[in-house]
Amino acid sequence: MTTIIAADAPLVQYALRLADNALVLGHRLSEWCGHAPMLEEDIALANIALDLIGQARPLYAYAAELEGEGRNEDKLAYLRDASQYRNVLLVEQPNGDFAVTIVRQFLYAAFMAPFWRLLAGSRDATFAAIAAKAEKEAAYHLRHSAEWLIRLGDGTPESHARAQAALDELWMYTGELFEADAIERGLIERGVALDPQTLRPEWDETVDRVLGEATLKRPPDGWMQTGGRTGRHSEHLGFILADMQFLQRAYPGATW
Amino acid sequence: MVDPEVPVLTIEDLGVLRGVGVAEDGAVEVAITPTYSGCPAMNVIALEVELALERAGIAKGRVRTVLSPAWTTDWMSDEGRRKLKEYGIAPPAPKATRRALFGLEAIACPRCGSEDTEKITEFGSTACKALWRCRSCREPFDHFKCI
Repeated sequence: MTTIIAADAPLVQYALRLADNALVLGHRLSEWCGHAPMLEEDIALANIALDLIGQARPLYAYAAELEGEGRNEDKLAYLRDASQYRNVLLVEQPNGDFAVTIVRQFLYAAFMAPFWRLLAGSRDATFAAIAAKAEKEAAYHLRHSAEWLIRLGDGTPESHARAQAALDELWMYTGELFEADAIERGLIERGVALDPQTLRPEWDETVDRVLGEATLKRPPDGWMQTGGRTGRHSEHLGFILADMQFLQRAYPGATW
Repeated sequence: MVDPEVPVLTIEDLGVLRGVGVAEDGAVEVAITPTYSGCPAMNVIALEVELALERAGIAKGRVRTVLSPAWTTDWMSDEGRRKLKEYGIAPPAPKATRRALFGLEAIACPRCGSEDTEKITEFGSTACKALWRCRSCREPFDHFKCI
């Protein structure tokens, strides 16, 4: 089996982090295909999954090009192990019940919608182009998940309790969204990457407004989990990869 | 060449076709841009463009995918909008509007023209469409999302 060591050039890392977030969440959402609570939502979750996987592809292609080691998007997606994945922990958390899926989507989309909008002004032309495209899609993902969260939170006692439980459970993964390490700080100074802290006020405002409408309580900022962006993942990622990478691991290089 | 998922529109009507030119190496290069990042029709469109080039007797041709500037429904031609409506799909508003988190949209029913319509789901049969329903004539219809 090929062992591939992730390159450490900051730009490659940044592209991989963004790509892995999109791919892992896209894969998670695709697990709902055929299982969602109703047909319209089945289609919606599959559509969002498709958008996310579509965002991951040019980011992987760019990472592969920058790295210059002959890899391509498929090799990056299918032939890296969990410790080489660079996604935040939030996106790999299991689907849980429908409330968990919606809360996870909302917390991520509330961050990514302004993220892509601002990254569209990056000095790196490829990031800017991918961001300008992704921003339009992220706006839909945010609206869709926010509408559901309000419906669940302000719904029945059962849906309210489940939405609040999902929020309480996932809140500890939100801190990682706003972290920037040395890899990113250099890129931020060059105007290539975004300082995630600048997104904090807008994220707070979106979250507070939607939670308010949903009659849900914002959990206090306690201990925040971290590590995904440097390859320290929860046990869940390995299972996602086992599912996603099975074919390429069992039949290396298979195409159809 | 028609779009595989909205067969009344050509890829030019849709604004997916961004340009045709001759590259430095003499190859005919066709530039296309995706409507949505993950639009599965892109592979089919690229393949069909390659076949069309071959059928036209062009020995050296290729398809280039461009992401920037990002596709917008503003690029859809008036002719395209008219054809969409006749086909039963509500066309996107002429100027892509950035709707706020809880904004409202008014979409006219492509069958009876009534504006008394409601959204059933934001994500329809393809990435680019939402599903709506007319309260006047009771018909469900696709709406080409405005982005």
